[in-house]
Amino acid sequence: MSDKLPIAKAINAGLRAALESDEKVLVMGEDVGPLGGVFRVTDGLQKDFGESRVMDTPLAESGIVGTAIGLAFRGYRPIVEIQFDGFVYPAYDQIVSQVAKLHFRSSGAVRMPIVIRIPYGGGIGAVEHHSESPEAQFVMTAGLKVLAPATANDAYWMIQQAVQTDDPVVFMEPKRRYWEAGEVDLDSEPMSPWQSLIRRDGSDATLITYGPMVTTCLEAAEAANEDGVDLEVIDLRTLSPLDLAPVHESVRRTGHAIVVHEASRTLGLGAEVAARVTEECFYSLESPVQRVTGYDTPYPPSRVEDDFLPGIDRILDAVDHARAY
Amino acid sequence: MTIPVSASVESAPGADLPLVQLLSPEGERLQHPEFHFDGDDAAIRSLYRDLVMSRRIDNEAFALQRHGELGLWPQALGQEAAQVGSARALRKQDYAFPTYREHGVAYCLGVDPALALFRGVSLGGWVPAEHGFALISIIIGAHTLHATGYALGLSLDGVVGTGDPDRDAAVIAYFGDGASSQGDVNEAFDFAAVNHAPVVFFCQNNQYAISVPVSRQMTVPVAQRAAGFGFRGVRVDGNDVLACQAVTAAALQQARDGGGPMLIEAVTYRMGAHTTSDDASRYRDADEVEEWKAKDPIARVEAYLRSNGTIDQFFTDIAAEAEQLGEDIRAACHALPEPDLAALFDQVYTEQTDELKEQQAAYVAWRSQYEGVES
Repeated sequence: MSDKLPIAKAINAGLRAALESDEKVLVMGEDVGPLGGVFRVTDGLQKDFGESRVMDTPLAESGIVGTAIGLAFRGYRPIVEIQFDGFVYPAYDQIVSQVAKLHFRSSGAVRMPIVIRIPYGGGIGAVEHHSESPEAQFVMTAGLKVLAPATANDAYWMIQQAVQTDDPVVFMEPKRRYWEAGEVDLDSEPMSPWQSLIRRDGSDATLITYGPMVTTCLEAAEAANEDGVDLEVIDLRTLSPLDLAPVHESVRRTGHAIVVHEASRTLGLGAEVAARVTEECFYSLESPVQRVTGYDTPYPPSRVEDDFLPGIDRILDAVDHARAY
Repeated sequence: MTIPVSASVESAPGADLPLVQLLSPEGERLQHPEFHFDGDDAAIRSLYRDLVMSRRIDNEAFALQRHGELGLWPQALGQEAAQVGSARALRKQDYAFPTYREHGVAYCLGVDPALALFRGVSLGGWVPAEHGFALISIIIGAHTLHATGYALGLSLDGVVGTGDPDRDAAVIAYFGDGASSQGDVNEAFDFAAVNHAPVVFFCQNNQYAISVPVSRQMTVPVAQRAAGFGFRGVRVDGNDVLACQAVTAAALQQARDGGGPMLIEAVTYRMGAHTTSDDASRYRDADEVEEWKAKDPIARVEAYLRSNGTIDQFFTDIAAEAEQLGEDIRAACHALPEPDLAALFDQVYTEQTDELKEQQAAYVAWRSQYEGVES
């Protein structure tokens, strides 16, 4: 059976399945109850699973993550909603110093099966602190895993797989794609969330991306195709741990690697991908790895966000630059 | 412009407020209209033993640090009554979330002293679930939220308010006056209050956040904050083990019964420096320390017991036992195994990632070049 669902509804269905399959699974956060979350991702869950399993919390992000840690100590598997990307920083210590380290500090005696859902990224005309891409800060934190689904099918399955993971998972939700619908295969065994995936086969250059930029890169590939340039698009899906073997294989074929993400350039995920591709594919590279990213400014006022964010033209310019190198 | 402030312990907020006290510094038993110590003199002798052992552990670890065996040690000297009294109010199904100074609590819960952590051979040292004693929190106040979440879990598990004394459980969160300024602690108060969580917030107000006295940390005493969150706060003489035990027992029972959180402010004094790296003479007078010596938590119990028929032999035996404990701690410290960096790669995640496997293999290969080579 399959269903056509927007990503927000796919995550909602995945959360529902997770709540049904394990009574230790809890959903908690600001406005996740009767409101269903500001993006309605938890719509209807409290009605069906009760206030004890879908909990509205006071408005304090550190408090939300901190109490989730205590619940995990007690054997629960909390799914925490951070309302917006820019609101995660009050919980930064609890995520980076506590959640991430407790398994290591306890020599494996303590497990922290907590999922921290973060709607992230720009492109929705939002006010300040509502459009950020903080994923690299969690990728560089040992002890956390980071997933970034790009499609409705991945959103549905990966949220469930994240909940089943015994390690803490930061789950980056591409908020600008929440309402874009895609087929969700409700029956067949899903692929591992810890693998990247070639979304489009191509032979002339490799676009490496994740989350909201997957759609943009696929659009760029279609535009390039009209000019006779055949781009491969790889969706990383898992940002920590990274699965770069398919990337290396691809770049050895195409000779060109272009990393695309919304987050700012310096020490963004593209820096790590570029370094590793250089290490693994040095003799296959026909041009330096290109990065198409947000600029190293704070996220700008939304009226200029279209210029700040990578778009089709900037991606194609980078492809041209690489191929002409 | 200057900021008008009076930075002495005497001017600390709440210094003029009454404390629950059941044993005076002179060793006289006192009555309180609400809180009573239920035990007999045998129970007080048992508490005395805990106090002496706790101090011995602390002194021994301090000496080990001075001999270079530990990298650091945060002394609990002077705070033994607050720790032993509160810990002895816990039941086996309860759970404690400590800071780095809770050596007396650890002792009471059967947890070995945190030598491994302070020697630098481990970041933990025990399995929390085996003792109902979480790992030490070094980030100030962060664990009060963990305690609140754990308490929330107790409520969800239905082990609160059943009336079964072997089943109903509660949580105690230890923190200090310094932590009371942290957002996390105030968030914990709020989350506990709105969820009616079975958690006791136990503040050892030892008068200093490293060098900053309470008069520069707050204008309202810690215990009074509870009212603003909607639960009760009680100030207790933190150097009176009977009062600390009685008040904590009542608070824990209220929590186990489903009566929600309570805040206890145990007013005590950090007789030592913040840690072995600190120099307390830079920020406080010797007179102040002398004044608190007269309120020593152990001396008053001994005075009470001696004047109520406990014979010399008891004190001699306890002293001998403490001496043996000190020797055991020294031996245990020297016997701690060195950590192996190679093994630590396995402990980052429940299942090791390929990237970590590669880094681990690279490290082991690099290290193997030097095996058998004198450094």
